[in-house]
Amino acid sequence: MLDARTPLLAVNDLQAWYGESHILHGVSFDVQPGEVVTLLGRNGAGKTTTLKSIMGIVSQRTGSVRFEGRELIGRPSNEIARAGLAFCPEERGIFASLTVEENLLLPPVVKPGGLPLDRIFELFPNLKERLGSSQGTKLSGGEQQMLAIARILRTGARLLLLDEPTEGLAPVIIQQIGRTIRALKEEGFTILLVEQNFRFASTVADRYYVMEHGRVVESFANAELDANLAKLHDYLGV
Amino acid sequence: MFEIFGIPSTALFGQLLIGLINGSFYALLSLGLAVIFGMLNIINFTHGAQYMLGAFAAFLLLQHTGLNYWAALIVAPILVGAVGVLIERAFLQWLYKLDHLYGLLLTFGLALIIEGVARNYYGSAGLAYTIPEALQGGQNLGFMFLPNYRAWVIAASLVVCLGTWFVIERTRLGANLRAATENPTLVRAFGINVPRMIMLTYGFGVALAAFAGVMAAPIYNVSPQMGSELIIVVFAVVVIGGMGSIMGAIVTGFGLGVVEGLTKVFFPEASNTVIFVIMAIVLLVRPAGLFGRRA
Repeated sequence: MLDARTPLLAVNDLQAWYGESHILHGVSFDVQPGEVVTLLGRNGAGKTTTLKSIMGIVSQRTGSVRFEGRELIGRPSNEIARAGLAFCPEERGIFASLTVEENLLLPPVVKPGGLPLDRIFELFPNLKERLGSSQGTKLSGGEQQMLAIARILRTGARLLLLDEPTEGLAPVIIQQIGRTIRALKEEGFTILLVEQNFRFASTVADRYYVMEHGRVVESFANAELDANLAKLHDYLGV
Repeated sequence: MFEIFGIPSTALFGQLLIGLINGSFYALLSLGLAVIFGMLNIINFTHGAQYMLGAFAAFLLLQHTGLNYWAALIVAPILVGAVGVLIERAFLQWLYKLDHLYGLLLTFGLALIIEGVARNYYGSAGLAYTIPEALQGGQNLGFMFLPNYRAWVIAASLVVCLGTWFVIERTRLGANLRAATENPTLVRAFGINVPRMIMLTYGFGVALAAFAGVMAAPIYNVSPQMGSELIIVVFAVVVIGGMGSIMGAIVTGFGLGVVEGLTKVFFPEASNTVIFVIMAIVLLVRPAGLFGRRA
């Protein structure tokens, strides 16, 4: 199916290495403005490496990553972030030597149009109460995940890369994260989500790409999820 | 004059003052080492030589350009810090991912080269640098005589140390530094130019050493080996305080200066070794140092 719009993010034949090991073998996909796109796949399929290669955190990479039409491959990660991409890592990356407030204010504003703090506290009411907390890592796992998402909303980045935001969290927190992602989509954010939990993903995603052995092997829209369920079970081994 | 534990008060306070002076230099230098180690993961053995370069810069600026002490206090750290930035770009930036040993060997080699060059041109006798006019003389406090220059050194060192602590622990810039110390990759992926920050941090740590060197010039002679004599003790101070704690470096620096001074009064034979004895005990009881975090 052809789409006349230019994708916000276009990844083409992305290959990546960790030292000697070749992890990504030509990943291609795109993300349209305002979409929530989910990368599904087993552990080790290359989902996290894909996000990290887009962000430039994995620096040994070839191929093409175009954001708003601009080529980002080969640029260092600080410049990629300045182009308007923001990354929320799987391990959340909350800093122990920073207070909650310092963690929240750490990522610099890279573009105008980020969410004001008031709006962020509407989305994450519990964070406001924890602002005075002396150490970011004293928060609960769920609160740390909220903080890790909240801090990249201020920066004006329009594309959010979220790496397994539900991992290890209680169902009630997962629901809250789902509501947040839908609210962010309404705010106009574009989201590239990495998930193993496709039941969660199905509550937020517009489209899916399935990864295996460092390649995209399948893609379908949320409406086609039921039709692809059997295949998906095979790929994910669930 | 009165006596405390059978010691004349002038002797006691005199040594206490010397202890605070030495402590000022210990604190400034170990603070720089701690800042550099935190960000670069490099044990900067060139630190003593950079302290010496600060003193030499002050001396040469006065000789050749007529820049006085106060100007040198600003200009010398900037010059020596800029040389530090060049060293970071040329050599250190390639070592961050390697074992500590490489950084240690490289910076130790640089220290030997810098000191050797200085000795070649200026000998080891030492050059005199006079106390600036505004700080000559002293105050009679009744129980002791306090030279103005020494009071200035203690006060200036305290202000610079606490100012550095404030910037690192209480400001946005400091939050960036602390975060980059913890997880440089992620901080860079937020859009912060971490390599530049690391470069400037090294320059700042080196500038602190040069600042200490300028302040030391009128007290000790300006000589090529002034840094290597001091740096051994400063490394002991860093080991006792623990790498990576800013306040720890400051408190340990001043504290050990005072302990050393008091030892000179009560048991002079041990005054040269007391810091190393404390280091041995701390290493046995708290290997990460008094204020250190476990790696």
